[in-house]
Amino acid sequence: MFNILLCGVGGQGTVLASKMLANCAVNRGETAHTAETIGMAQRGGSVVSHVRIGSDAFSPLIPKGCADTVIAFEPAECVRVLPYLKNGGRILVNTLPVKPTTDTLAKTSYDAQQMLAFLKEQGVDYRPVDGAAIIRALGGAKSLNVALLGAASAMGMVPCSLDEMETVIRTAMKPQFCEQNLKALRLGAALIAE
Amino acid sequence: MKKMLMGNEAMALGALRAGVRVAAGYPGTPSTEVLETIAKEKSRGNTDAYVEWSVNEKSALEVAAGASYAGARTLVTMKQVGLNVASDPLMSLAYVGVKGGMVVLVADDPGPISSQTEQDTRTFAAFSKLPVFDPASPEEAYLMMADAYELSEKYQTPVLFRPTTRICHATASIELLAPLPVKEPEGFVKDSRWVIFPKLSYQSHLKIEERNRNLRAELSGYRFNTQSGSGQKGIAVSGVSGQYIREALQILDVKQEYKLLNVATPHPFPEQTALAFLAGLDEVLVYEELDPVIEQELQRLCGVHRLPVEILGKGRGFTPAAGENSTENALAVLRRFFDLPADEAKTPDAPPLPVRPPTLCAGCPHRASFYAVKRAMKGRKAVFAGDIGCYTLGNAMPLDMTDTCLCMGAGITVAQGIKRVEPDTVCFSFTGDSTFFHTGLAGIANAVYNGAKIVSVILDNSTTAMTGQQPNPSTGFAATGEPAAKISIERVVEALGVPHIAVVDPFDSEAAELAVKEAADCDGVSCIIFRAPCIAVSRPKPRVRVNADKCTGCKRCVREIGCPAIIKGENGKVAIDASLCYGCGLCLNLCRFDALEGGEI
Ligand code: SF4
Ligand code: SF4
Repeated sequence: MFNILLCGVGGQGTVLASKMLANCAVNRGETAHTAETIGMAQRGGSVVSHVRIGSDAFSPLIPKGCADTVIAFEPAECVRVLPYLKNGGRILVNTLPVKPTTDTLAKTSYDAQQMLAFLKEQGVDYRPVDGAAIIRALGGAKSLNVALLGAASAMGMVPCSLDEMETVIRTAMKPQFCEQNLKALRLGAALIAE
Repeated sequence: MKKMLMGNEAMALGALRAGVRVAAGYPGTPSTEVLETIAKEKSRGNTDAYVEWSVNEKSALEVAAGASYAGARTLVTMKQVGLNVASDPLMSLAYVGVKGGMVVLVADDPGPISSQTEQDTRTFAAFSKLPVFDPASPEEAYLMMADAYELSEKYQTPVLFRPTTRICHATASIELLAPLPVKEPEGFVKDSRWVIFPKLSYQSHLKIEERNRNLRAELSGYRFNTQSGSGQKGIAVSGVSGQYIREALQILDVKQEYKLLNVATPHPFPEQTALAFLAGLDEVLVYEELDPVIEQELQRLCGVHRLPVEILGKGRGFTPAAGENSTENALAVLRRFFDLPADEAKTPDAPPLPVRPPTLCAGCPHRASFYAVKRAMKGRKAVFAGDIGCYTLGNAMPLDMTDTCLCMGAGITVAQGIKRVEPDTVCFSFTGDSTFFHTGLAGIANAVYNGAKIVSVILDNSTTAMTGQQPNPSTGFAATGEPAAKISIERVVEALGVPHIAVVDPFDSEAAELAVKEAADCDGVSCIIFRAPCIAVSRPKPRVRVNADKCTGCKRCVREIGCPAIIKGENGKVAIDASLCYGCGLCLNLCRFDALEGGEI
């Protein structure tokens, strides 16, 4: 069994990312399950996607303390789901925060650095990714999700190779989105190699 | 080859596999994708089934009833509160029965995650005396669909099918099976059985009770009603809760003996299976969500058969009385049940995390509508009766424009009631376009007929947005995306006799504010139709920018409208999140220092 938890804020594309991971596994003939946040929370709320690969997973949701990998699209959301990470699990985190509307008016500001520092203190295997640089390079935030998957794959944090992901992109996406997403995938992978 | 399918897709494909000819429903989380999948299959030419988004759940059920009378297999989809709307036809249909198999899929939402109530459709099944299927996973739901149609046709009764959110929105790799042989519908055959009459109902009632008694035995042989294991301790589960228990048992690696009962048809209850399970047990842990349905059935059986078995569940406070179950909770419950040491693991204290209440999207026309009403009513006593849809989010700060929210269509009528007690208050209702056709019409008629002085605001954003942009009667499109008749909201309210009607673009701030002021001073019912499309069905306009030299950091723009695209910038000033801003222009006039630039109004 391999459990991957993706977390972020509604609109960041965690659902598509979890689908891609599951499809990689299914293409290899493995059993996969995912579970998504759908509904009101999609409007700017915290969202999580659970991906479970293997035939011995029963619950659609990853139990706390059982995630092999957390792919966080946002620093505070990463801290929020930390209890899901298992001992020895690994984290990939986009360092670019998404500030909530409530924060704009709040006296105290939500500080992404504080979140990242907290993650570091926990002594877990954690890898920050510069989401702002990805967005600059891609000219927008649309394919940030795929870039993060590219990085996770290059790190060996998910049981899905870059080739497998490329196949999924080519078969599941409309041609006009393929190129952009393949570019994002490679960019994410290259970022890790640096 | 297996395919990744969301539970809702799996159930739709399961129904098509069983030869569904007519499918009707009303969107509602978590059920929406079932009908959407059938509509998609239809547009792809994979089925010739008829599919429609009905105006409400009652209409959907009645359309399907007619088709079932004519011998076709039918599917009706809705969320749990939708069943309240459809309960009138369903209760009677339970007596009348059907000919073609009919499955009424009602998605429950423990938590609740996206609903008003935590009602339990299994309890509704007992109340309406209908059989109900309760799948534990998308895989099971796919297979069960065919069983449900078979049972429905065998007993000529509608059958309830009740997934929960975690089944609907979970995705699993599923092997698709060949379509089942189904006979052609025979057509409508005139028969007195289709006309409900007191005498007929009495006779039907007797038959239903007898059928359900027999089903208690027959369903005991059903493949998904199972009991296994040995020992003096038993665990009884239903639906996704069984998956949490199985996962937790695997994690705990329990060495003691136990028996496991899985109930896939909570009503009629598989009595023999349950009795075989209860035999020799000292105590039973019942793990289920929402109502203690399995728990009470087991208690009843123990009473009737004088079995000295302790039943531990919701009644004894052993399991949570409300909300969603989880593997974490199952672990805690099982540790107590098996006398295992409690988990000592502590999670470190995290820094305070930002709260992220759901908000209206950046560029949402509802924000402009609410803001127009808010400005127009400044300094006046006003109440804002909201309704169900994205615009319920108008309750959030800083808009704070939803004072009540009860159920679909209630805003219009609740406003009337408040007005009767507080004549000096301007009473507004806010209703979306889809909600207006769902149950809003009757409220408008009631207001006109009874001379209620309210302002009914209709937020027409050309879609059913909250559930993911389904078409509705005002959009001019059908479920399959094909063109359909377009019903004009203004002509409907006019025909209902509303004397004062205004149609306004909410982004035209001055006109919008003026329209609200006029409506508030009207004698009688007045109606404002704010018309501007949801961002999901419109194109973005040029983004606005913040001129940092001019921005003083006063945050007026944020305090007034709370658009999520306006964020904290450097040095206490604001900035625009370019990935979110839709260029709606609502914020442009707000800045007293002209620091917000660009876009277009
Ligand atoms: S989905 Fe549409 S209606 Fe709903 S909040 Fe967003 S813009 Fe508004
Ligand atoms: S124009 Fe202003 S109000 Fe409209 S989406 Fe952009 S930032 Fe928000």
